Amino acid sequence: MFEALSEKLQKTFRNLRGLGKLSDKNMKDGLRDVRMALLEADVSYKVVKDFIAHVQEKALGREVLESITPGQQIVKIVHDELVQLMGGVAEPLGFSSEPPTVIMLIGLQGSGKTTTAAKLARNLRARGHHPLLVAADVYRPAAVRQLQILAEQLEMPSFTIEGSRDPVGICKEAIQHARRSARDVAILDTAGRLHINDELIEELQLIRDALKPKETLLVADAMTGQDAVTVAESFHTRVGVTGVILTKLDGDARGGAALSIRSVTGKPIKFVGIGEKLDAFDAFHPDRIASRILGMGDVLSLVEKAQGTIDEKRAAELQEKLLKAQFTLEDFREQLQQLKKMGPLDEVLAMIPGMSKLKGLEPQEKDVVKVEAIINSMTNKERQSPHIIEGSRKKRIARGSGTSVADVNRLLKQFQQMQKMMKQVRRLGWLRGLGGGLNLQP
Amino acid sequence: MGEKNRFGIIARLRSQLSKAREGFAAKVRSLLRRGKIDEGIFEELEAALIQADMGVNTTSELVEKMRNRAKDDKLTDAEQLYSVLEEELISLLSRPAGVEPKPVQPVGPRVTLMIGVNGVGKTTTIGKLANMHRQDEKKVLIAAADTFRAAAIEQLEIWANRSSADLVKHKSGADPAAVAYDALAAAIARKCDYLIIDTAGRLHTKTNLMEELKKIKRVLGKLDPTAPHEILMVLDATTGQNALSQARLFTEALGITGIVLTKLDGTAKGGIVVAIQQEFGIPVKYIGVGESLDDLKPFHPDEFVKALFED
Repeated sequence: MFEALSEKLQKTFRNLRGLGKLSDKNMKDGLRDVRMALLEADVSYKVVKDFIAHVQEKALGREVLESITPGQQIVKIVHDELVQLMGGVAEPLGFSSEPPTVIMLIGLQGSGKTTTAAKLARNLRARGHHPLLVAADVYRPAAVRQLQILAEQLEMPSFTIEGSRDPVGICKEAIQHARRSARDVAILDTAGRLHINDELIEELQLIRDALKPKETLLVADAMTGQDAVTVAESFHTRVGVTGVILTKLDGDARGGAALSIRSVTGKPIKFVGIGEKLDAFDAFHPDRIASRILGMGDVLSLVEKAQGTIDEKRAAELQEKLLKAQFTLEDFREQLQQLKKMGPLDEVLAMIPGMSKLKGLEPQEKDVVKVEAIINSMTNKERQSPHIIEGSRKKRIARGSGTSVADVNRLLKQFQQMQKMMKQVRRLGWLRGLGGGLNLQP
Repeated sequence: MGEKNRFGIIARLRSQLSKAREGFAAKVRSLLRRGKIDEGIFEELEAALIQADMGVNTTSELVEKMRNRAKDDKLTDAEQLYSVLEEELISLLSRPAGVEPKPVQPVGPRVTLMIGVNGVGKTTTIGKLANMHRQDEKKVLIAAADTFRAAAIEQLEIWANRSSADLVKHKSGADPAAVAYDALAAAIARKCDYLIIDTAGRLHTKTNLMEELKKIKRVLGKLDPTAPHEILMVLDATTGQNALSQARLFTEALGITGIVLTKLDGTAKGGIVVAIQQEFGIPVKYIGVGESLDDLKPFHPDEFVKALFED
C-alpha cells in the first residue's frame, strides 16, 4: 500500500540523508519533493502548504542544522508532524450516561454509510454493547432493505417504519424502540446525497436537533481527492461532526483524504473500513497511518533496531549483492541470522515498507529454522551455485537437516522466486530505501 | 444534433457544473485577470490545477506547455493564457481513444459491462443509461450480476422499472458470470438491442474479484465472441489520484473502452479524467450530472471544458 508515495518520499529522504550538510537549496528541493509526494497522495493543497511551512520552520531550527545527521532529523520532523496532523492518540467513542447512546452516521452517497453502520454495530457488539440499527435513508432505492439484510446477517435487530418518508419520525420512534427493547446504542444510517445541498443539511439538522446524538460520525471515502476538504468542512460547520470513519482503505488509496479531513475538522478519525466483509473494520491509530502514508512501514524503529544489531559494512555488501542479483544461499543464511537478531520475525517484517504487497508470502519463524538447517547441510559449493543440487545431493541435504527432499525443493524454488522478487522489489524501490536506512551516515 | 439543441445542452451542463465552476474556474479566472504574466501566475495556476484533482504530472505538463506557449507566442497578458489553457485541455480530452470499442454485431445485442469500485454509482448509472436507450425506443435488458452487495438486486429492479427495461436476475450470492450468461442468452432470444450488465463494486486491488470480472467477460464470449462490446468504468468525480490506479488495473484485467464520470454536479472538479486521458488515453463517454433519470449525458470535451470555464 502507498508504494508510489513511499517511493517518492524515500527517495527524497535518501537524498537528504546522504547530505553531510544541508544548504538552503537542498533543503528547499527536499521539501518540494515531500510536497509533491503529499499532493500526489491527494492531501489537500492547503493542508500541504501549511504542513510544509511547519516543517520548514522546525527544520530551520538550530538543532537540525547543527546536528551530525541533518537529513535524518528532517525525516523525523516530517514523521512527527504527520503524526501530529493526524491527531496524536486513538480516541474512543463516547457513550451517553443514559442509554441509548445515539450515533448518527452522515456522509455523501457511495461513501459507505450503510455498510459502515453494520460494521460499527458488529464492532460495538463485540465490545459488549447491544446496538440497534436504524434505517433512516428513505431516498436511495433499496437502502433500507440493504441495512435490513446486513442486520439479518449479523443477527442483530434493525428498525425502520416501512413506507415512511419521514427520517426524523423514524429516528424518534427508533429511540423509543431501543428503550423498550433494551438496546444501549442506536446507530442511525442517514440518507446521503450526490453532493452537499441545503435539503440534505436541513434533514440532518432536524435529526440532530430531535435526537441529540452523542456522536455524529462523518463517513468518508479514502479515495476522495481534493474535494474531501470541501465536503468535510461543510458537514462540520453545518451539522457538527464529532469524529470520522474512513472507508475503503483496503485498496491502494494513498489516504491523503485522512490527513485533510482531520486537519480541517480538527476531529479525530475513529475507525477505518478495510474490506468488504463486516468484520473488516478497525479502530484508527494515527501513528500507524502516518507511517503508512509516509510509506515508511515503521522504518524509523527498524533503522534503530538495525543499527543496534547489524554490522553496517556487511549490510552494505549484502545490499550491493541483492541489487546485482548475485545473492547466494550463503548470503541468504547470513541475512536470516541477522534478521533473527532483530527480534520476532513477523514484527520485523511488519516494519518493512512494501511488505504489505507480499501478504501471504511472509516467512514464518519455524520455517526460518528449517531453512537454516537445510542451508547448513549444504556444501559451500552448493550454497554458491544452487543449480548443481540434483537428486542425490538433495537426498543428502534432506537427511543432514532432518527434513525431506520436498522441503529442500521448496527452499530452492523459493530462493529462485526470491531472486526474481528481489528484482521486482528493486524496481519498487523500498529496498533501496531500507538500504539507505541501513547505510546511515558515519 | 441541431445547433440549437447543442446550445441547450451547453446551457444545462453549465448550470449543472456550476458548483465545479465556482471553485475552479473562478480561481483560474481571478488569477489570470491579474494582468501581466509573471512566474507567480504559473505557480498559482499549478495550485489551481492540482486542486481540480488533475494530478501533479498532468499539471506540470500543462503548466509547462503554457509556459512555452507564453514564451513562443510572446504572450504578455495573463488573460490570453486562459484561452491557451482551455485549448490545451480540450485537445487533451479530444485525443483519440486508445481502445476503440468493437463494432456492433448485426445480430446480437450490444453488450455493455459496467465496472468500478464500490459506491461510484454503477447501479444508478445503469438505470440512467437504460433510460437513455429507451428514449431512442431501443429494447434494453439489464443483468443484475451484482449478487454480492445486500439489496443490490432490489435497487437495480427499481431502476429497471423506472426506465421500463427488462431485468434478468438470480438470487443474491449467485455466480455473477452465470447471471451474465443467462442475461445474454435471454437478450439474444428476445432480440434486445442493448444488454447492460451490472457488477458488484470491487476495489481494483483485489485479485480474486478481478478474476471474477474476467470470468464474466469470458462466458459472454461463449455466446457472442465479440461481447462485451463496451466495458465502461464508472468513476466518482470526487475521486482523487487513486482513479489512475483504478484505470490502470481495470485496464490490465479487462481493457476498458470508456469512462462514465458520475456525481459531477457536486463541488468536485472531475479533473482526474484529464489525467486519465493523458496517461492511458481512455476517453470519457458519459457524465452523470444529477440524481434524476435523465441526468446522464454523452461527454463532449469542448462542452465540458467550456462549461467548466465560462461564466
